[in-house]
Amino acid sequence: MRESGEAAHGHHHGHEVGERLYIHRHSPIHNLPPHYKILSLLTFLVICVATPITRYWAFIGFFAVISTLLILARLPFFTIAKRATIEIPFLVFAILMPFFSSGERFEIAGIDISRPGALAALSIIAKGTLGVLTAILLSGSTPAREILRGFELLKMPSLLVQIMTFMLRYMNVITDEMERMRVARISRGFEERGIRDWKFIAGTAGALFVRSYERGERVHTSMIARGYEGELPKTEAPVITRLNSLIAILIPSTAIFITYLSGALV
Amino acid sequence: MNTPSLEISGLAFAYPDGNQALYGVNLTVGKGERVALLGPNGAGKTTLVMHLNGIHGAQRGEVKIAGTRLDATDKAILKRIRAQVGIVFQDPDDQLFMPTVREDIAFGPYNMGFRGVELDAIVDGALAQVGMSEFADRAPHHLSFGQRRRVAVAGVLAMKPEILVLDEPSSNLDPASRRELATILKSLDVTILMVTHDLPYALELCNRAVVLSGGLIAEDSSTRALLSDEKKLAQYRLELPAGFTVSA
Repeated sequence: MRESGEAAHGHHHGHEVGERLYIHRHSPIHNLPPHYKILSLLTFLVICVATPITRYWAFIGFFAVISTLLILARLPFFTIAKRATIEIPFLVFAILMPFFSSGERFEIAGIDISRPGALAALSIIAKGTLGVLTAILLSGSTPAREILRGFELLKMPSLLVQIMTFMLRYMNVITDEMERMRVARISRGFEERGIRDWKFIAGTAGALFVRSYERGERVHTSMIARGYEGELPKTEAPVITRLNSLIAILIPSTAIFITYLSGALV
Repeated sequence: MNTPSLEISGLAFAYPDGNQALYGVNLTVGKGERVALLGPNGAGKTTLVMHLNGIHGAQRGEVKIAGTRLDATDKAILKRIRAQVGIVFQDPDDQLFMPTVREDIAFGPYNMGFRGVELDAIVDGALAQVGMSEFADRAPHHLSFGQRRRVAVAGVLAMKPEILVLDEPSSNLDPASRRELATILKSLDVTILMVTHDLPYALELCNRAVVLSGGLIAEDSSTRALLSDEKKLAQYRLELPAGFTVSA
């Protein structure tokens, strides 16, 4: 029944704001329980960031690890590349550093370059890219709802998890409301021409805030009506297989091993 | 004789700003009855509904649900009564706050203490009652308005209420969804109090109608008798759709 229902409605992933990052695949990475995945990837990332950039070999190793994971998760290359473009503003900043930083300098092809600046730039680029790729791996292989479940299982304060759960649910509702208000504005001949028209947009934003606030109160009333006493239902912890644990432990331990090895090599 | 599902006597309420909304409402709804609560905007219908499960506490008079007096200061009673009085609010988006249909329907029974297999069975049962079984794992955002309202009804039915209170159940529904909801409501073995402006809907679903006007129950009769009395309809600003007449 569940099977045919799923087939009839297709994979409806990726249609709504909260879920648009998730890419449905069957992979060992997708199968990792969310709290294991979050903890494992976060630890991996902390190790990457804590490794000094001068251990160049280690970073080649880290990139090999994250690339392997992305391939294992079968996320399409083009999508990964497109999402990684979020990093570009930081890259621009990093690229300027070698030219404007102080400290020991050297020349390449007649251009004056600062050594600490160049290293800092390299560090930002390498670590930033690792961070972005890890985030893409997590968000691409885990539905938003599951990430929240992961936070809950990791004992994040319940209030924060609740706030994020409601954000996930109401982002769409509020986006729709905003869109309707925009259409209503345009329908009465509104054209945004410049800074003087911002006051109308500010008015819409204000109205949206008040509406959302009032909705919040109605939602709260309806929660109380169904017996809410401060906690959302706890979700049951997923079944964890030996493979899950193995993968979750393997990711950060590989990073530690790489760091150690890079020190031994230098 | 069975204990009535709902007994309201002498209920009065004024908002903190001094605006008096209810002046002494008396209303008894027997077990299994379906009653329409009619009245113009601002008559106090929503305020009355808010009293039925203790969101507003009675300032004067009392509300009894299945014989138990509602005391808004007694947490144990409040908890029990909130399970017994199922309110379906007007905007389903206010009511469906969980990420998936299944989780939303589980919210009420979970708060009542159900867990595991038992909880799953309740959720599946409620979904089946409103014909939404195949949508269990969807996000509410993916559903049509009519489907969302049905899920909102299921979320309340899952708590096995003594009385189902519906606030404008037919509002914003297309004719097919409106009819589907009517079929579902008729199939339920539960007491229903339905707040509505949709008079034909009231006629279709409820044998009895009460009119709340000026903070009092001004009329209490058979729905057909009320809707066929043009004078009374005009008096309470109630109107049938153009071309629609009801014979006594």
